[in-house]
Amino acid sequence: MTFALQSLPYLWQGLLVTLEVSGLVVIFSLIAGTILGVAIVYGPWWLYWPIRFYSDFLRGIPLLVLIFFMYYGLPLFKVNLTNVAAVVLALSAFESAHVIEVVRGAIQSIPSGQTEAAKAIGLRFGQRLLYVIAPQAVRRFLPPWINAVVDTVKGSALVSLVGIVDLMLAIQQVIGRTYRPMPLYVLGALMYFVINYTLSSASRRLEARFAYVRE
Amino acid sequence: MAYHLNFGYIWAHFDKLTWGLVLSLELAFVSILIGMGIGLSLALVYTGGGRVVRGIVAGYVEFIRNVPLLLLVYLVFYGIPSVGGFMYDATTSFIITLAGYSGAYMVEVFRAGLAAVPRGLIDAGKAIGLTGWQRLIHVRLPTMFRIVLPSLSNAFVSLFKDTSLASVIAVPELTYGAQWIKTNSFRVIEVWIVVTPMYLVTGYALLFALQQLERRFAIQR
Repeated sequence: MTFALQSLPYLWQGLLVTLEVSGLVVIFSLIAGTILGVAIVYGPWWLYWPIRFYSDFLRGIPLLVLIFFMYYGLPLFKVNLTNVAAVVLALSAFESAHVIEVVRGAIQSIPSGQTEAAKAIGLRFGQRLLYVIAPQAVRRFLPPWINAVVDTVKGSALVSLVGIVDLMLAIQQVIGRTYRPMPLYVLGALMYFVINYTLSSASRRLEARFAYVRE
Repeated sequence: MAYHLNFGYIWAHFDKLTWGLVLSLELAFVSILIGMGIGLSLALVYTGGGRVVRGIVAGYVEFIRNVPLLLLVYLVFYGIPSVGGFMYDATTSFIITLAGYSGAYMVEVFRAGLAAVPRGLIDAGKAIGLTGWQRLIHVRLPTMFRIVLPSLSNAFVSLFKDTSLASVIAVPELTYGAQWIKTNSFRVIEVWIVVTPMYLVTGYALLFALQQLERRFAIQR
């Protein structure tokens, strides 16, 4: 057990990389997913179909395949990214597809009477979205979005497979030196668990808190 | 573009990909069957059990759902044999992992399904004199399966995609086949151009087929 404790500072470095990658992906996918999600609901058909294709395509392939595709494939198109940039791009593309669906579901759960009432009092599109739709939709958005964040943190473990020293690869490297896999895997599992369990219980608390809302 | 696409090597070794795809489907299928067994038994135990039993089941579900699948794959393949003093091959190890993983999700699915069986049906079963066991077999389970069918098909397609992780412990499924071709020919972009549609088409074909099944068994209102 002592060597597991001795390896903690090293695992801590890996954990920071995991959190950094996850954090960037959460921010990028939130921005891209929200814009595309609003566009798929309110946009014209020539925006609808490309976004529909983007979302269904990305949600239809394994994340691992997408990461390998971006990591090994992009340099052939003369796009030379660092390995961290390539995986952040791959994970963000993947998660943004999920955010699109969460945003779409949240907006479409708001009864059309709300939009009609907002139109009747003379609000423009941007105002309707900002003052009427968004405050109500955000309650439907938050719980599934936090679950998507948990999936991001879990999915970020795959970046270890292209040589980024995140928590997962840090664990593997310590095992490579100590030849004692079990304590370290359990330790690593606990570290992931603490982060993700905190998030998923926050999601459940929010869901319970917004359960009073009836349309 | 200076790079010329060349699919020759891939077509020459295409059997690696087709057999990989078949193995991926088999892994997903066997895992979801075992996972459904785990999920159903634990959901029944949870629904009928006391505080301690509920705590244990919830602990299992929460642990699996909040830890990356990749870590579980390593833990079962490298970790458990190192302390257990026994060995198993990579395919067995991956099936154990994926079955345990899907089991945790199945508990939630079946628990929600059992709770969604209308109270009136169970009472009607009581009224015609069915015992608790008979009510379970003839009333609660058939109704529950029709309710949870959409969740089951989503879970199956999702597991099919998760089988790509088996490549990290050298189970010769589709992603492993792709990696093998890539390593031997350096035809990196070509191999992913071929493999990505294979996942995509198979995944959506499965989803479509299962949706037909769902429609067939949907509860008419």
